[in-house]
Amino acid sequence: MTAIRLRRVSEHATLRKAVLLVVLAAVWEGYARVLNNPLLFPTLSATVSALVASIGTGELPRAIAYTLKLLFEGYALGLVFAALLTALASVSRIGADLLEMLTSMFNPLPSIALLPLALIWFGLGQGSVVFVLVHAVLWSVALNTHAGFRALSPTLRMVGQNYGLSAAGFIAKILIPGAFPSILTGLKVGWAFAWRTLIAAELVFGVSSGSGGIGWYIFEHKNQLLIPNVFAGLLTVILFGLFVEHVIFRTIEDRTVRRWGMQI
Amino acid sequence: MPLLDVSGVTLQYRAADRVVTATRGVTFSVERSDRFVILGPSGCGKSTILKAVAGFLAPVEGRILLNGNAVSHPGPDRVVVFQEFDQLLPWKTVTGNITFALTAGGRLPPREADERAGHYLSKVGLTAFAGSFPHTLSGGMKQRVAIARAMAMEPQILLMDEPFAALDALTRARMQEELLQLWNDTKSTILFVTHSIEEAIRVGNRILLLSAHPGTVKAEVASSGSDDLDASGRLLSARIHDQLFGTVHE
Repeated sequence: MTAIRLRRVSEHATLRKAVLLVVLAAVWEGYARVLNNPLLFPTLSATVSALVASIGTGELPRAIAYTLKLLFEGYALGLVFAALLTALASVSRIGADLLEMLTSMFNPLPSIALLPLALIWFGLGQGSVVFVLVHAVLWSVALNTHAGFRALSPTLRMVGQNYGLSAAGFIAKILIPGAFPSILTGLKVGWAFAWRTLIAAELVFGVSSGSGGIGWYIFEHKNQLLIPNVFAGLLTVILFGLFVEHVIFRTIEDRTVRRWGMQI
Repeated sequence: MPLLDVSGVTLQYRAADRVVTATRGVTFSVERSDRFVILGPSGCGKSTILKAVAGFLAPVEGRILLNGNAVSHPGPDRVVVFQEFDQLLPWKTVTGNITFALTAGGRLPPREADERAGHYLSKVGLTAFAGSFPHTLSGGMKQRVAIARAMAMEPQILLMDEPFAALDALTRARMQEELLQLWNDTKSTILFVTHSIEEAIRVGNRILLLSAHPGTVKAEVASSGSDDLDASGRLLSARIHDQLFGTVHE
């Protein structure tokens, strides 16, 4: 009886991971207590209380809001450019060549490497961060969307023509939903690049601007040797990343590609 | 005037680095309420003819007239049922797959489109699956939805491109039976492409025989729906076989 119950527990993935998480937390707490050096490695409890305190004073929520606003601006602008580039690539062969060439050139270039240049072009403002964010989002979204359009089955193309859809109707009712699995992949990859780039940019950027988001929160508290707050900032970055990937994108997938049997 | 008039049609398409002539000088005409079957081995260009009638491909010679008007582009008066299961939109429910075409361009208001979709779904016996997504359906059910969708458009002519070829033999036989019943209800005009002699005899009232490479018309035969003996005591299927492949048949 107990053996069966134990096996059931071990077969439940979420439960297994929850157990692992508890073990890791215990190891962290235990090791930090043994080490007893909060400047190098604060305990979990100190980190959590720093997190709660920072939320209480409104410092961390302000930083989060600042970061999310930048993220949203950069992501949205990147999507606009990706849509333009994809549209261009879809209507002309030169456009498609251009997209392929630009993507293969710029995709391997880490966005953060453009930050020094962006600072010269756009100054010490949010413009520079938005610029590197656009670079982080643009290529993966444009490339995946274009690939999705090209992979649309010839049968579906003919169905669209057969039922007398207009060009706009075809794009809205056949092309975009048909390419949605690829588009979603592009959005996820773009998000992952953007989030990592943004935090990195804020770390560099905070040094010169003096106000900023979560990256700056981490950097500033490191300067003040408030290491539990540094850990709290890192924890925030992780938690938000998990939230977007496992709640937001997961929900979108459940309601679209998984429901339609289209996951790739 | 026949509903569909195909005369002297030569069709070519480009494959890799050469031009393939799919059919040469094909002539036939389809009357209203015909179940007209184009039968031939693979490579006889029968599907290409269907695509040309649908308007996806223009003839290099000859003309295709529907009600006396030249066919120039695809349109909802000639709806195609394809062989491929992916002709259904995976992101729409069974009902949505039927109504999207009806409401596109404001042809029908949404409520009437829903009613008509329900009517044709009940005809193919899929009322219980109206809210299901296509990936949850079997192959036969998907083809039934595609047929219901095409019939709901109430086209002048229904073009069927080997719609049952990807189904197992039992499902295929049942689908042929159901198609005949649907035709009894609606008396729609059907142009049906197949490479199966048996299917051509069951489904068609007129059968056009095409030879391959390039497709040219061999003969046209009538079918009563069963493989009957003729005056000389030979089966219709044997006669068709001889005309398509010569007299190697036992």
